[in-house]
Order: sequence, then structure tokens, then C-alpha cells
Amino acid sequence: MLAYVVRRVLYAIPILIGVNLLTFALFFVVNTPDDMARIHLGAKHVTPEAIVRWKADHGYDKPLFFNGTATGPARLTDTLFVEKSLGLFAFEFGQADDGRDIGREISIRMWPSLAIALPTFLVGLLVYVSLALILVFFRATYLDLAGVILCIVLMSISGLFYVIGGQYLLGKLWHLVPISGYAPGLEGLKFMLLPVLVGVVASLGDSSRFYRTLFLEEIHRDYVRTARAKGLPERLVLFRHVLGNAMIPILTGVVVVIPRLFLGSLIIESFFGIPGLGSYTIDAIQAQDFAIVRSMVFLGSVLYILGLLLTDLSYTLVDPRVRLE
Amino acid sequence: MRALPWLLALLLAACGGPLNNPHASGQAGRDILLSSFSERPKHLDPARSYSENEVVFTGQIYEPPLQYHYLKRPYQLEPLTATEMPQVRHLDARGRPLPAEAPAEAIAFTSYEIRIRPGIRYQPHPCFARDARGGQRYVPLDAKTLAAVDRLDDFRETGSRELIAADYVYQIKRLANPRLNSPIFGLMAEYIVGLQEYGAMLEQVVRDLPRDAYLDLQRYPLEGARVVDRYTYRITIRGKYPQFIYWLAMPFFAPVPPEAERFYSQPGMARLNLSLDWQPVGTGAYYLAVNDPNRVMILRRNPHYHPDFYPDAGEAGDRAEGLLRDAGRRLPLIGEAVYSLEKEDIPEWGKFLQGYYDSSGISSDTFDQAIRMGPDGQPDLSPRMRERGIELATAVRASISYMGFNMLDPVVGGNDCGAPEPPPGVDGAAPRRSGERLAGCERARKLRQAISIAVDYEEFISIFLNGRGIPAQGPLPPGIFGHREAAAGGVNPVVYRWREDAGGGRVVRRDVAEARRLLAEAGYPNGRDADTGKPLVLYFDTMDAGPDAKPRLDWLRKQFGKLDLQLVIRSTDYNRFQDKMLKGNAQIFQWGWNADYPDPENFLFLLYGPNRKVGRNGENAANYANPEFDRLFRRMKDMDNGPARQAVIDRMTEIARADAPWVFAYYPKSFGLRHAWVENAKPNLMANNTLKYRRLEPAQRVTYQARWNRPVWWPVGILGGLLAIALLPATLAYQRRLRAGAR
Repeated sequence: MLAYVVRRVLYAIPILIGVNLLTFALFFVVNTPDDMARIHLGAKHVTPEAIVRWKADHGYDKPLFFNGTATGPARLTDTLFVEKSLGLFAFEFGQADDGRDIGREISIRMWPSLAIALPTFLVGLLVYVSLALILVFFRATYLDLAGVILCIVLMSISGLFYVIGGQYLLGKLWHLVPISGYAPGLEGLKFMLLPVLVGVVASLGDSSRFYRTLFLEEIHRDYVRTARAKGLPERLVLFRHVLGNAMIPILTGVVVVIPRLFLGSLIIESFFGIPGLGSYTIDAIQAQDFAIVRSMVFLGSVLYILGLLLTDLSYTLVDPRVRLE
Repeated sequence: MRALPWLLALLLAACGGPLNNPHASGQAGRDILLSSFSERPKHLDPARSYSENEVVFTGQIYEPPLQYHYLKRPYQLEPLTATEMPQVRHLDARGRPLPAEAPAEAIAFTSYEIRIRPGIRYQPHPCFARDARGGQRYVPLDAKTLAAVDRLDDFRETGSRELIAADYVYQIKRLANPRLNSPIFGLMAEYIVGLQEYGAMLEQVVRDLPRDAYLDLQRYPLEGARVVDRYTYRITIRGKYPQFIYWLAMPFFAPVPPEAERFYSQPGMARLNLSLDWQPVGTGAYYLAVNDPNRVMILRRNPHYHPDFYPDAGEAGDRAEGLLRDAGRRLPLIGEAVYSLEKEDIPEWGKFLQGYYDSSGISSDTFDQAIRMGPDGQPDLSPRMRERGIELATAVRASISYMGFNMLDPVVGGNDCGAPEPPPGVDGAAPRRSGERLAGCERARKLRQAISIAVDYEEFISIFLNGRGIPAQGPLPPGIFGHREAAAGGVNPVVYRWREDAGGGRVVRRDVAEARRLLAEAGYPNGRDADTGKPLVLYFDTMDAGPDAKPRLDWLRKQFGKLDLQLVIRSTDYNRFQDKMLKGNAQIFQWGWNADYPDPENFLFLLYGPNRKVGRNGENAANYANPEFDRLFRRMKDMDNGPARQAVIDRMTEIARADAPWVFAYYPKSFGLRHAWVENAKPNLMANNTLKYRRLEPAQRVTYQARWNRPVWWPVGILGGLLAIALLPATLAYQRRLRAGAR
């Protein structure tokens, strides 16, 4: 298995270089370093000299991919791409355009993201799987039909509606939770309730339907019939046998998400004032802060690759037939 | 779900107040201002910070020598840390004093001598902590101490010291520091003697230094900023620039202690986000106690704040409004201000209505909830706001929004047409041009005038701004010297006329038929080129894009459609738009300007030829150039306010109206709401340090918060009941199925 993990890690390197290359190309197709300087220097009294100084100060005064004025390998290494990319592979993210250390910001902001994303993920998983199993239990009845219709209705509503509706009802009208905000520690519990609830409800429709479909695939298998024939109660048949055997497709969707929980949710964080990495990314895109965008895309890629690796590893835990070589 | 009420009750016990209170418990009952900010500040270094959202903080922390009087209007400068207003001396090329009335051409230099009050002290800060030998306690910083530091509070020892004149001079030098990229360096380098060369010299010095090494500016003297004695310094500028004094009321000219820069420039500090850009050090009424721009910023009363008192005079009506109730009281009146990050309008508005924010702006989404337009067109609070005791304050901002024509464009542009005859008492106009060029120029002028009439900005203000603007009659907004009210002859005769009525008279927009006549005279009868018969297609460049902008752009097309003109919208992003403007590739565009200071020069320079955007990178986005206007501008900018200056401004306004390089759109109006427990809140759109004048009635706030935020439990009960009803048949069906299975 170790050889497999090492091989997968090595595969990740060209992928990350490719992602970084694409990020560079896409970002600089839209924005030139001059544009970035203008945005950061503001609208008033911006002189061409100030733009030149800003670019030099932030290291944007070099060619993107090929330095025609250099000689030898420096033609490729003395470029914006290489200078800004190398550090990323050592998780040295450098400074944002406003001078703040990106690594420190990430280390601070991942906790609020996690504080919302982790309970949403865990509670959500429990609710979705339970609801799906209940629907499967009542399959082909009016309850199942009502549940499926409810799921479709929930799926059809924009996530933003749940956010605004939740804030309006629970925060503004009924005064039960703060409309938005965040605080660290125990004081933050009151702020977590609404975003977690909204996060769970927003995905209730599609996730429950997805799991219902998985469980329906399993419910007609021979082993289920055998379990019933043994006289096992339906509760155990569903939660032990059906759920256990549906684990591989569940893990495929679930484990890959776990590392990315650190990155938070863009909408939830923005509307609930959660100072996490989701809002950090959105702010950076709006401010055209390439240093942050590049770092967050890189980090997202690394976590996604990590998630895929963990998914593969988790298969060996739930299915003894799977061997990673 | 049945556990939800218990969970909420547990939270209630933890909060010790209303369940939905977003603030720490107990804050509402103390003299703490509760406010919000929508965008995290980028810079808090006074040499770099230039945004409105940053000055909310820097304005309270840093103290330039002058400030704007809080109550008096028109805006008036007064000493803040200075003992008196600066002594201004005009000098000739050899440095000899000139009389005050010397002509501007004779003045080679102007010196501003500023004496500051002794005894002013900085906020407590570790950079002032001293060791046994009298050196900086935390400079140099050993690895062990640094390893134990995560935030500024982790430095256990702090100190303070007296403010001296050298700190002001140090900050002026910082404007030229190439590492800081001060936004006003380019502008100030034109004026402050030697600053340009100083910047060039520092660039050389920085080039030879390691990237993060400390740059000690004290070692390099600057000719235009000198210390006279411990409490006096002198700034020398080139020529005469009377508006320079306004800059002395901005944080750019606030003092910075060199110890702070030395302290922050140590290795390892930047990695902890400890820098002067993030942890300011000032003498102001407040210091930044908590700097978490991702969540909350807290300003706390500076324990060393110097004696400063609430003004005992204001403008007429201030006493009646209770604005002089605290006259003579020691400032600041509030101990702390908590600013929470609110990126979205809806949550911010909801919390304001719940009493969790003391004041709020009004967004377009919430305008109808807050404001009712009276029969006279004046805004008033809605009954719901009145019930809550909320108060409204409005003020016309020192800003203008306009639609510009690129005067370099062959269709709508054309500078140097000459100008209409001047009225008596003002210098003569430039001679009129003749021939084909004049004809083209005149055609374009009439086209612009026709468009100015057709684009109905009263309608725009009503539809898109909810009445939060005043139709502009010229380049100068109300409150700026030179502005004339419409009733006093301030009507733009190209676009409006004055109609007498029972109420004394009012401004009426000219009829579209007049615009059509002008259009025909311009050679485009019914919107078609008289020579070719082709329809005239015009291009509007904008960075407004997306669904939100569509109604505005459709409205604009409709306005041009009144003249049968086809308008093509060229939407683009901010950068492309800036690029087009710099290269002069735009034809018609929307633009605006917020004044740096309340002087007509700061508006009229937007139409000054040498200040054009193309080729000069100036602020004259229309690239307008009129020799007479330019000559009058050079004269006006050096004049003192008075009848002579007013006459020159009137003439300049007349030229601008006739040439119509802009469609003068509107002067934006700011609307602010505040709760009844906030006192002394008079809008002051020039002053940056207004927090120290505010006062609160916290007991009233606690009462209202409790009354407005009683938890409503019955929906939770109903939801629980509904769920139980839904679960009952499911449970019954489950048991039935189990029984069936068993059989």
C-alpha cells in the first residue's frame, strides 16, 4: 500500500504544476500586472511611476513564462511563474497584496470554516442517510412518494433562499438566533446554529435522493433477502447490511469532501459573516489579489488530491476485497 | 427537533441577554458604540491609507495638526495638535519673505510653520517600552521573545512618549519611501520642496538594502520638511498652493514615531502580520485595541489622550437640536467602539432594526422600509422607523456624478471652439476660431448640449437613487465655495430654465423639442447625419455590467432614444475601462469625483486641460481643454474666497455649461439612520475624527434591545407538532410493516 501512496503522491506533482500553470494563464489573460497595480493603488492620483513601483515591490515586473532578456536556464527560472510557484510546493504562500502573510491568514481562517463545515457535514450525513433509509423502508408507498416530492421541492430552491429565509425567520422574526456573525469558542455556539441548519437543509433534497437511489440498488439483493430470512428486524437489515454494503459509493462522495471542509463555503460564509477561507477566497477574487487566489487554488487542488487518495484508502477499510498495489 | 427549545434555552443562559444578540454579553449596557464595516481595510498606515473605509479607523487614531470643526458649516479648519493655525509665509526665489498680497507669479515658495502643543502623548505601545539603559526594550528582538509572540498584546511591556515635531517631519519623509508606495507621493512631490529628489534617493538606498531591512529615514534630511525646535516644524512648498492647508487635516500628515517603524521592521514581525500598516500607533482619542479585520475591529479610548473639548459653538439650529448639550465636555465621550464585519446589507439592516447596531446607512433594498417621500419631495422616516425612535440625517456629499464626453472623440468631442462672450468684470474670452474646424466643434457642442437636455437625471435620481441626489447645475456641489443655489442664479441655462411660480420659482428641464432643434443644428436632424442620411450611433462605455445594471442601461438607451439617437452600450470590466480612458478610446462614459477637501479647486481641476487623462494621466477624464477656462483656473486656484473668486468661478462654470464636456448628473446625498440613544451625530463629510464627539445612552439601548428581541417560541412548537403529526403515521406504518414481516 505504501508504494501505492508514494506513487499517487508523485502523480500529484505534475497535476499541481498543471493546475498552477492554468491558474496563471487564466488570471493573467484577464488581468495584467498593470491592472492589478491600478486596482490596489486606488482611483486617485495614480501615476505611471507608482504603477511601476508597485509592480517591482510585489514582484510583478518580470515576464510571465519566458524571460527573453535573461540567458541560459534563467530564461525560464527568472520569470513570474517560477518565482511565484516554487514557494507553493513548500507551502510558502508569501504575502497578499495588502502585505499580510497568507500562510498565517489560512491558519487563522481555517478554524471558523471548519467550525461551520464540520458540524454541517456530520449532521448532514446523519440526516441524509437516515432520511434515505426511511424512504427506502417505505418504498413504493405514499410516504415514499411524499418524501421524494419534498426532496425535489427542496432541490429546486436556490441555496440563497434558505440563507435569507433562515435569517429572516429564525433571526429577524422569531429572535431565536443572531442573524449573522461569528465568535470563537463557546460563545460562537449561538452563531453556528443557523448556518449549520441552513447548510443541512440546503442539501437535504439532493443528498437524500442520492442516498435513496444507492440504497434502493441494494435492497433487492440476495444478501438482504437472506438477512430477512434469518429473521433480522428491518432496522438491522437497513442500518447494518444495506448501509454497510452501500458504503463504497457513499465513501466515494463523502471522503473526498473531508479535506476540503477546511476551505469552507463561499455563500454561507459570506452571508453569515463567518471569517473563514471561503470568504477569504471570494474577497481575493473581488480584489484581484492574485497571491491569495493562486494560494487558495493550489491548496484546494492539494486537498482534493488528498481527498481522492483517502477515498481509495478507505475502500480497503469497508471492502476487504479491495487491495491497493 | 424536540430538543431544539432546550438547546436554545441553553444558549440563552450562555448569552445572558436576548437570544439573537450578536455581541458579547454586557456590551449594550456600557458606553460602547456598536457599528459595522462592510469591507476590510487594506491599509492602516497613514502614508498609504486613502479609502473611506480605512479612514473610519485611521481618523480616530492618528492626529494631523489640523482638523475640521465638527459643527460649523461651511467646513472650517481649526488646530488639532497645533497650537494655532500654521503661519504661512510667501518667499521669493532667493527665500526672501514676500507680502501676503504678493502676486502668485512672484511667489517661488510658501512655507507653513506649525507649532504643536507640548505634552501630547502617544497611546501605550510596546515600541515605546524602555530597557534599563533607556533603549527600546523590544529592539532588537531575540528569537526567544519572538517565539512567544503571536499578537501585539503578547508584548507584556508598553510605554509612551511625548509627541514632538520630528514625528511629523518623519511622516512627510515616509511619503517618499518607495516601499510604502504612498498614493499621494506623486502629487506631493510636485509641491514639497525636494520630495521628488528624496524619493529618487531613497530608491537607490532601498536597492542596496536587503528587502526587509530597516530604512532609517532620520538619517536623510528633507529640504522641504524641517524641524525648527522640539515642538515646531516647517514645510516648504513650491509656488503658491493655498489648498495645501487642507492636506494638513488628513492622516497623510499625521505623526509617526520612528521607534514604531524600527520596532515593526524586525525580522519575523511581517510573518505575524505585525506592521505599521496593521497595528497603528497614534496620539488620537482612540487606539486600535483589537485588529481582526476578518471579524471585528475595536477602538478603545487612549488613556494618554490630550485635553480636547466638545465645541461650544456651531451653526444656527445646532443648539435647538441638542448638538451643543455637551459643549465644553472633555473628549472622547465614548469609551469604546466595536465595528463588526458585515459584508451583506440584509443582515446589517436586520441587526440595526433589532438595536444591535447604533447607526446604519440605507441601501436600495431597504430604502422603502426606511423612508417615505413627502408630498414636497422631501424624504421622511417611515412610520415604522418613527415608532422605534430612529432618526434620519441627510447631507449632500462633496461629490459629483457626471456623464462625460471624450473631447478627443471626432463625433462628440472637439476642444478649443472658443467660448461665449464673458460678462462685464471678468477677463475676455479666447478668440473664436473660424472655418471648418469651428463648424465641427460647434456641431459637437450642440450635440452634447442636446444630449444634456435629453438625459433626464431628475428621473434617474427618482428611479435609481430613491431621491438620494440633487440634479447638478454645474461642477460645484452645495457646500463648496462658488456653488450658487438655483434661486440665486445658479441654473444651468443650457439644460434648464427658471420658472417663477407661487412658491418663488423652480428649475425646469428644457423641453426635448429644444434638444431636437439643437440636434438638427448639429447636423443630425431626427438623429440622422444630414450629409449621409445614416443614423447617428453613439457608444457608452461602462464598467456597469450584469443584471443589476441592465435597468440603468436600458433607461439610458431610452433617454438617447428621445432624440432618435442609437446608443450602443460597451460594458467592460474595471481594468479595461480604465485602460480605455487612459488611451482615450471611450466616447461617452459615467464618472464621479469625491472631493479631497472643500475647495472649488478640487472640482474645477477636473476640467483643467493640463490635467487631462490622455497623455497626462490626470483626473480630467473628458480630456476637456478650453484656453480661457484653463487661464481662469490658474487664477482662481490661488485666490482667497471672496467676491472676486466667485466672479471667476461663475465665469468658469458658464464656460463649462456652454461647452458641455459633461452632462452634469447629480450631487449624491448621503442618508444615515441612528437610534435614539446616539447623541451628537451631525453629518460631517469632511472630518475624519468624529467618533470622539459621539455620546450614547446605554441604558436606553438595553431597554429597547430587550423589548425588540423577545424570542418567539410558538413557531418552534408548531414545527415540532407538525413533525410529530408527520411521524405518527410513519411510526404506525413502520410497526404495521414489522408485524406483517413477523407473520
